[in-house]
Amino acid sequence: MLTLLIRRVVRLAVVLVGVTLITFSILHVSGDPVSLIMPEAPEADRAALRVAMGFNDPLPLQFTRFLANTVRGNFGNSFFHRAPALPLVLERMPTTLLLSICAMALSLALAIPLGIITAIRRASLLDWGATLIVFLGTSMPVFWTGIMLILLFAVQLRVLPVSGWESWAALVLPTITLATFSTPLLLRIVRSSMLEVINLDYVRTARAKGVSEWFVICRHALINAALPLVTVAGLQFGLLLTGAIITETVFAVPGMGRLIVGAIRQLDFPIVQAGVFVFAMIIVVVNFTVDLLYIYLNPQIRVR
Amino acid sequence: MSIGTLAPPLEAAALARPAQGSRVWRKLVRNPATLAGAIILVIVIGAAVFAPWVAPQDPTRQSLIRRFIPPVWAEGGKAVHVLGTDQVGRDILSRIIYGARVSLLVGVSAVAVSLTVGVTLGLLAGFLHGRVDTVITTVVDVWLSFPQLLLALAFVAALGPSLTTIIVVLGFTGWERYTRVVRAEVLALREKDFVEAARAMGASAARTIMRHLLPNTFSSIIVLSTLQVAQAILQEAALSFLGVGTGSAYPTWGQMIALGRDFVSVAWWLPTFPGLAILLTVLAINLVGDRLRDALDPRIG
Repeated sequence: MLTLLIRRVVRLAVVLVGVTLITFSILHVSGDPVSLIMPEAPEADRAALRVAMGFNDPLPLQFTRFLANTVRGNFGNSFFHRAPALPLVLERMPTTLLLSICAMALSLALAIPLGIITAIRRASLLDWGATLIVFLGTSMPVFWTGIMLILLFAVQLRVLPVSGWESWAALVLPTITLATFSTPLLLRIVRSSMLEVINLDYVRTARAKGVSEWFVICRHALINAALPLVTVAGLQFGLLLTGAIITETVFAVPGMGRLIVGAIRQLDFPIVQAGVFVFAMIIVVVNFTVDLLYIYLNPQIRVR
Repeated sequence: MSIGTLAPPLEAAALARPAQGSRVWRKLVRNPATLAGAIILVIVIGAAVFAPWVAPQDPTRQSLIRRFIPPVWAEGGKAVHVLGTDQVGRDILSRIIYGARVSLLVGVSAVAVSLTVGVTLGLLAGFLHGRVDTVITTVVDVWLSFPQLLLALAFVAALGPSLTTIIVVLGFTGWERYTRVVRAEVLALREKDFVEAARAMGASAARTIMRHLLPNTFSSIIVLSTLQVAQAILQEAALSFLGVGTGSAYPTWGQMIALGRDFVSVAWWLPTFPGLAILLTVLAINLVGDRLRDALDPRIG
């Protein structure tokens, strides 16, 4: 088990360097970062910037410098806000995480019971309805769902604010929007992991010895269905963040996603790079935790 | 059930193919939802291909006196503008019909890019094993650490928005699913007797990969790529919505929703119909793709 842990940590380090390389390449993929930063400047200014930013150095050297700066949390100053980019991103992180966690909680509260019931009562009317929800939910563009909810609740019924982040009521529509996106994904996973274990021998044995149906489901089936659920839910976290970025833009929620989308429009690359890096870090940390959780939850590995 | 796990020798597979093809087809059409999906898809593809002949109006023609006309069934609607007009008086139905071109073109082309990159890397990783495999798996791990849309957004902005950029960037952000599936299948297949027999008879590595390994991954690849077309359409719409669209003269569905959003309180039809177009198209592809998965390969997903 120790060697397994060491291997996971080594992989984590390698992935982090890879993540930094991709983040670095955002500014360099076009071949000329200067014309991205100041598209209309005269040649003298461009040359000065090239020297100041070290763009004349060989790319490996530039990357090493970028890597060293990244370790120190230095992504340069935002062109637009004229302040260090990373703190600007980080101070908006709680908002994004709050939105994501609220949506995740709502999704789990809906997906787990629905997934269990539809797995037990296969081909029932409820199962059919859940399938419909899954298909509709995965086919709807998130931003459109958000706008339709605005149309219904803020414009027609006038019960909830259209946008902003001033009150708790403002949290409702973004959370529902993001949850319509993530619930179908989770529901599908819960249902299929339950289906995989529900007819296995030990579940049948538990039933045969007279244990109550709910005890069988919770104690025997759900625990064993949890393993794939945790893995896939971890992998889906990146999708949830993607949804959060779009949702923030629709509802003008002052989170990381909105900041980065704004920065992309203004070609404010320090913010873009810092933001992309932070998002990747969140996913890396979540995946690493899921990895550890998987090792912990899986008795076959734990015992060894 | 699955042709992948049975891995029959090629002659047998070739003999079995026509029968299996018709079985797949029967499974596909028996389901009413799949049939509905297929019909919607045919309509959308037809609209995209024959846009200049099907569209009732010129999608770019503006008219100040025809602004904000509601759909035909609402009060004040006009029969010439079935789904109404937008803030500069352009016909919404015509714009949706033309918008289908961009969506489908981007969807299919992005998948072609992903497919080429992903399948090649998957075959190499699975067949060559060892160091190559480690490198490719690490790249996949790195790739999975980014929210794909955010990465696409950043690269499209850096490269300058255009149709080609969108296709290439979406293609390069979605390849890793093929690599993972193809690699896993090749790893299982390369130990099979028929692959070892081919190697023993002196087949080169290239021939083994192309003739024996690749064909056995086809059913997974078909399913994955169908479902990815749907996702690529959603991603293109999201990119357009977030403001780094194709930059082309054509209207796109995402762009129409983005513009319509500002007028949602005065003209609900502006963002509603392009969104329905996306929903129906993606739903249709998902319905067909899901059925394809059931028919071809029950193991993945």
